[in-house]
Amino acid sequence: MGHEWDFAFLLGQRDFILRGILGTFGLAITCVLAGMALGLVFAAARLSRFAALRLLGTCYVEFFRNIPVLVQILWCYFAIPIITGAQPGPFAAAATAVSLYAGAYMTEIFRSGIQSVEKGQWEAARAIGFGYLAQMRYVVLPQAMRSITPPLTNQVMEVVKTTAIASTIAYGEVLYSAKVLSDQEFRPIESYTAVGVFFIVVLALVSAASSLLERRLRRHG
Amino acid sequence: MDEVLRVENLHKRFGLLHVLRGIDLSVHKGETIVILGASGSGKSTLLRCLNFLEMPSEGRITIEGRLVGRETGTPGVMSYGTRELNALRARVGMVFQQFNLFPHMTVEGNVMIGPMKLRGMTEETARTLAHDNLRRVGILEKAREYPARLSGGQQQRVAIARALAMEPTMMLFDEATSALDPELVGEVLLSMRRLSEEGMTMLVVTHELGFAYNVADRVIFLEGGMVHEEGTPQEVLQNPKQERTREFLRSHTLFRLPDPAPEAAGHS
Ligand SMILES: Nc1ncnc2c1ncn2[C@@H]1O[C@H](COP(=O)(O)OP(=O)(O)OP(=O)(O)O)[C@@H](O)[C@H]1O
Ligand SMILES: [Mg+2]
Repeated sequence: MGHEWDFAFLLGQRDFILRGILGTFGLAITCVLAGMALGLVFAAARLSRFAALRLLGTCYVEFFRNIPVLVQILWCYFAIPIITGAQPGPFAAAATAVSLYAGAYMTEIFRSGIQSVEKGQWEAARAIGFGYLAQMRYVVLPQAMRSITPPLTNQVMEVVKTTAIASTIAYGEVLYSAKVLSDQEFRPIESYTAVGVFFIVVLALVSAASSLLERRLRRHG
Repeated sequence: MDEVLRVENLHKRFGLLHVLRGIDLSVHKGETIVILGASGSGKSTLLRCLNFLEMPSEGRITIEGRLVGRETGTPGVMSYGTRELNALRARVGMVFQQFNLFPHMTVEGNVMIGPMKLRGMTEETARTLAHDNLRRVGILEKAREYPARLSGGQQQRVAIARALAMEPTMMLFDEATSALDPELVGEVLLSMRRLSEEGMTMLVVTHELGFAYNVADRVIFLEGGMVHEEGTPQEVLQNPKQERTREFLRSHTLFRLPDPAPEAAGHS
């Protein structure tokens, strides 16, 4: 059956679409950065010499990794206001849920990356007089990045895709824009195709950036 | 202050394993002390306690006249502050068997990072300092290389320069040449010997008895976590009083006494 493809109507909705794109970027960047921060902190906890911190790290990972992210988003949006009496906006709810979810995976990525660095590197840094944070920052993390980058890239791409789920609580990202436009203009094919193309382009860029970084990290023996 | 290091009744336990059983040691400025002992006798543990890579279980360590840590209620047991230990490690250089250079930094970067981040030096000052110290161990021409492109002997000399750049009050060497191919051992020992002759205070764990004989001011033989025998290289290596020391020296097939020959030294 013949469908007449016509993307022209999208041009008339430039501002609306742009707002969706910015919404996706805003949420994705927030969640990637927050997820990485959570991942670093909890990875350090999981590798701590204190059993209580290790347990805390394990609980965090097991809890947030094993609940579907959609459930977490809905929980943040619908359950939190009942418990606390304060209604988070769709952005806050989605950002919290996706960050915690991504952070759980990133914890494991950072943990195994940090563990791949030889113990002697920590010791050499310690012997110079570096404290824990300096050992991590100047010596361990730069080396761990080599094994962290590939899985971290996958995870970042996963986060970017996951932001689409925020449309279920009416957060204005690209999928939400597409849904609205598709209903308005009766053009679901073009609308959702455009969303697909958008994600392919963005993720291809992320992937290319990561390859570049990987090559830089691999330069020295 | 003439006495750089004083160790009193140092004990170290790993769980039930009592590795160091009461070490006393006094090291004066400019002295080079070689520590010998069989595998497992606690040589590494002793050095690692001296810059607190391992925490002593008991005992007092005084560096440049300052007691490290604070007394706790229990006699002999000290508690240590993190900042105090970080500052102290910056003043005690350590060279490891496995070099442990930072592979993501150039040779000069390895030497500069400590002075820049811990002593607040500008990049330019730190580079000058790094080059001075790389020259000291004869490896300045590799300043811009990455460690992976260096031989083991060259890497170990960079590691020495890295420790020297912190301008330590003493240097600890834990089997610095044991991981090297035999033909590379000499260049590292030579750097260490020069350092000793420049007046650096050094504690050296090594199996190179020739180095002990020629360079050490004092030799300490560790056995079962205690100082079993101590004296000048001539005393300990040529006329050991203890049976265990003699046994150890016999088992060291690599030990060929350099000049003066044992007989000649026997007359003096
Ligand atoms: N972190 C640790 N935990 C438990 N036991 C340890 C630890 N470090 C060392 N030991 C034990 O302490 C004892 C002394 O070890 P140490 O490394 O000091 O010996 P060493 O004299 O340096 O021997 P080598 O010549 O083989 O290097 C050994 O029995 C060793 O197994
Ligand atoms: Mg050892």
